[in-house]
Amino acid sequence: MCRLFAITSDTPVSPMKALYALDVMREGHDGSGVGLFLRDLAGPFEEMKDAPILSGIFTEDGIKRLDSYMIDIGFLTKYRITFKISKNPPPGVPKRDIYLIRAYEYPEEWEGLSQTEKQDRLLGLRLTLQDLGREKKDMIVFSFWPDTIMIKEIGDPMTVGKYLELDNERLKARVIMAQGRQNTNYAIDLYACHPFFIQGFSTMTNGENTAFVPIKEYLMSRGVNGYTGFYSDSEVFVHILHYMTNRLGLDVESYKHIITPLQDDALEEHPNGMFLKHLKKSCRKLIIDGPNCVIGVLPDNTMFMVQDRKKLRPGVVGGRAGTFAFSSEICGLDAFMPYRDKTKDFQPMHLDTVVVKPDRKEVNICHQTQRLSHLH
Amino acid sequence: MSSNTTIIPSSLSVKDLPWQIVWDKDKCTLCGKCTAICPVHAIELGVFRKRMVDVSLGIGAPPGNVFKTFYGIRQKTAPAYHCIGCAMCAMVCPSDAIMPCRTDEADKLRFHINQGGEPERRGGRRNSPGGVLDRIKFIRISMLTDPALDAGRHEFEMRTLLGRILPPEENIRFVREHGWIPPVREIYPLIIGGMSFGALSPTMWEGLQMGVAYLNEELGMPVRISTGEGGCPPRLLRSRFLQYVILQIASGYFGWDEIIHAIPEMKVDPCAVEIKYGQGAKPGDGGLLMWHKVNRLIAAIRGVPPGVSLPSPPTHQTKYSIEESVAKMIQSMYMAWGFRVPVYPKISATSTALAVLNNLTRNPYAAGLAIDGEDGGTGAAYNVSMDHMGHPIASCLRDCYQNLVSVGQQNEIPLFAGGGIGKSGNLAANAAALIMLGASGIQVGKYIMQAAAGCVGSESGRCNICNIGLCPKGITSQDPRLYRRLDPEDVAQRIVDTFVSFDTELRKIVAPLGRSTSLPIGMSDALGVDDAAVAERLKIKYVV
Ligand code: SF4
Ligand code: SF4
Repeated sequence: MCRLFAITSDTPVSPMKALYALDVMREGHDGSGVGLFLRDLAGPFEEMKDAPILSGIFTEDGIKRLDSYMIDIGFLTKYRITFKISKNPPPGVPKRDIYLIRAYEYPEEWEGLSQTEKQDRLLGLRLTLQDLGREKKDMIVFSFWPDTIMIKEIGDPMTVGKYLELDNERLKARVIMAQGRQNTNYAIDLYACHPFFIQGFSTMTNGENTAFVPIKEYLMSRGVNGYTGFYSDSEVFVHILHYMTNRLGLDVESYKHIITPLQDDALEEHPNGMFLKHLKKSCRKLIIDGPNCVIGVLPDNTMFMVQDRKKLRPGVVGGRAGTFAFSSEICGLDAFMPYRDKTKDFQPMHLDTVVVKPDRKEVNICHQTQRLSHLH
Repeated sequence: MSSNTTIIPSSLSVKDLPWQIVWDKDKCTLCGKCTAICPVHAIELGVFRKRMVDVSLGIGAPPGNVFKTFYGIRQKTAPAYHCIGCAMCAMVCPSDAIMPCRTDEADKLRFHINQGGEPERRGGRRNSPGGVLDRIKFIRISMLTDPALDAGRHEFEMRTLLGRILPPEENIRFVREHGWIPPVREIYPLIIGGMSFGALSPTMWEGLQMGVAYLNEELGMPVRISTGEGGCPPRLLRSRFLQYVILQIASGYFGWDEIIHAIPEMKVDPCAVEIKYGQGAKPGDGGLLMWHKVNRLIAAIRGVPPGVSLPSPPTHQTKYSIEESVAKMIQSMYMAWGFRVPVYPKISATSTALAVLNNLTRNPYAAGLAIDGEDGGTGAAYNVSMDHMGHPIASCLRDCYQNLVSVGQQNEIPLFAGGGIGKSGNLAANAAALIMLGASGIQVGKYIMQAAAGCVGSESGRCNICNIGLCPKGITSQDPRLYRRLDPEDVAQRIVDTFVSFDTELRKIVAPLGRSTSLPIGMSDALGVDDAAVAERLKIKYVV
């Protein structure tokens, strides 16, 4: 099992806080890896919300190849964060040359492009870089997107955090997702580490997706660039979210209706029953079937949590207006926000979707049997 | 054999026959039940001679012989009367004095069963035990990180869809714009495949229909049954039970006059219309109902004169090409029910199945594709067709599914697989394997006859006289003296038993794989087989 912790807060927070919460929940993960997703960034990146940020790990050769490639296509470095890392990494953490977080200036010819065109090109570029890196094993690219930083590494979350000195003013963010992983895949590939990312959407999952192969095959056959990789069976969650939003034009409250649809008798009674029956049939291949707790972030910084149909994984949401945390376990929540009103903590069950909107005023709970609010 | 009989090439001894009757003189009471029940008159009352040593008690008198006659059961050896091993004699014998036994070597009968130049025909099966489906194992067992589910207590949704499903984008748009969305039925994944009224006896048909109605209305299992090519009894056409029925139309169009005329009076729509282009047991051959079975009732339902053989042409004659045939027939069938009933073709498994499938992917009306493998059963066919023609279901189905995956239509055209599913008794395991290879559902026929009506056919050449109307169990006979042996109520009860136990077994397979929310269609990562070539061909894991 893995452990998840996510924060959405009006005041920027250091990612170490999330890692600390993971550390408290360490009985639930084996410290074999950590993944971080930072969004709505504070610090220096606050001033450059539109600049795409490249996050990844590079060798010396890799960075040279990256630089020449990016210069060739007209991307200029705008700002970078350098990690001063000691020569010898702590036990369990591999030795790397460079952890890269670098904001770029768009090339001139991108200026007139529509938002969608730009986004598609950014995605394409990330995939190309990943392919290049795979060829020579000299670059690992996690994300290339405005206002988004991702860090993933093998090792114990706290150890990695301290080693990379993540408690750093320049890395504070208002939206943070962190995962401490339980190694179930033997040789750890960083591309198999949560959170997963595509075009502003990100999810992380605790659990196993038993319907992985048919879902993967279905996503891959959608003709959408970026539905590739699938190093982890949890990667499909972010692609389903992306597909549902961008291709089907549906809202996050429909997510559960796709991955864990209601049974027929419940659909009969549902105010949007007709629509949902069609959705269930046409998206039948996207039904998940494992024990899964999914936490995700949408491009507008909405954060949500859903559970599988049998609710076999822990998950809790708590906080107060302005700051909410999503955690696998209550002890993690306690570590981060000991003074919240605990009676307001909410553990979503098999029909619930918990949503905290970007205004961070309250926890919204969509019950799957309720009328969909955003159906046009 | 008496000394003055001429031996002709086709003179056979009991040893030359596939089945030999073993009869016990000491147990037999000569009641005559066996000879009366034998469907093919393979045994008769025989007079035998025996010698006994006669030892005189008088001194000096030499011992002598006495010759006596006694009566017993004699097996006929003429090819026309060969024993078919049905063992009805054993079933009725009050003293367990008689039993057919399989010969210990290849029989000689097979060389002589074409008297008058007429090759042998039979019903039943291919007589080929085992097969790749029985060797497939379910290897992806959920452990720890994804706990196995409880087959008895978790909620399961073991349903499938029959009908053309639109891609999600289009479906949402059509819902908004009130466009035509193809009809889709949510049904149980195990379908009773097409066995016609005519091939089956009236009691068998009635029992099947009653069982299906009970499963639907009392147990909430949406089980569907295909009529096969032989029409549908008029009262069923006008009843609410029609919604559980898939009407089959095939190249002989038997019974369709009646069906078309009943449309205005139908209370409900049928579940679907299946256009039969081929049958796995005898691919490339049309349906065949031999004259023995065409009595007045069958003739009336099919709209033909009684007492004549009814061979359907190998293909639909009214159309110029297969593409046109499929497209036009699908469309006209849709039209007949106002575009409310899904219409799909059924073909025999063949290496050309992909061509048919590609055609269907471009036809927005095609509601699915049923593929019938070589191990499928039949009411009547030439031996040579049954034994040597056809394509196994597993690789054909897998190819078709993977083709759909490559064009991204794997959720749009459901594939239904049939042909020998459960022929070794492993119905749930075979069905689950095919579902994980990509089938949306399974069609089953022979298993139902065996489980629900006690068909004695086996994969080792037993019985298989379904074609001549002498079915000893009354399943495939139109002779009231025979079909009265079958009580429809009992058949219905067994249908229910069969489906309920299948359902439990299916859950027992999918629950340990961590699946319950949806049928694991295409979950090929769960499958393994102990043969590298098979694994490679089916793109599943090789495990030893
Ligand atoms: S086994 Fe069947 S065919 Fe053979 S003698 Fe007995 S009843 Fe007749
Ligand atoms: S018992 Fe009847 S249905 Fe079964 S093989 Fe014999 S004739 Fe055919």
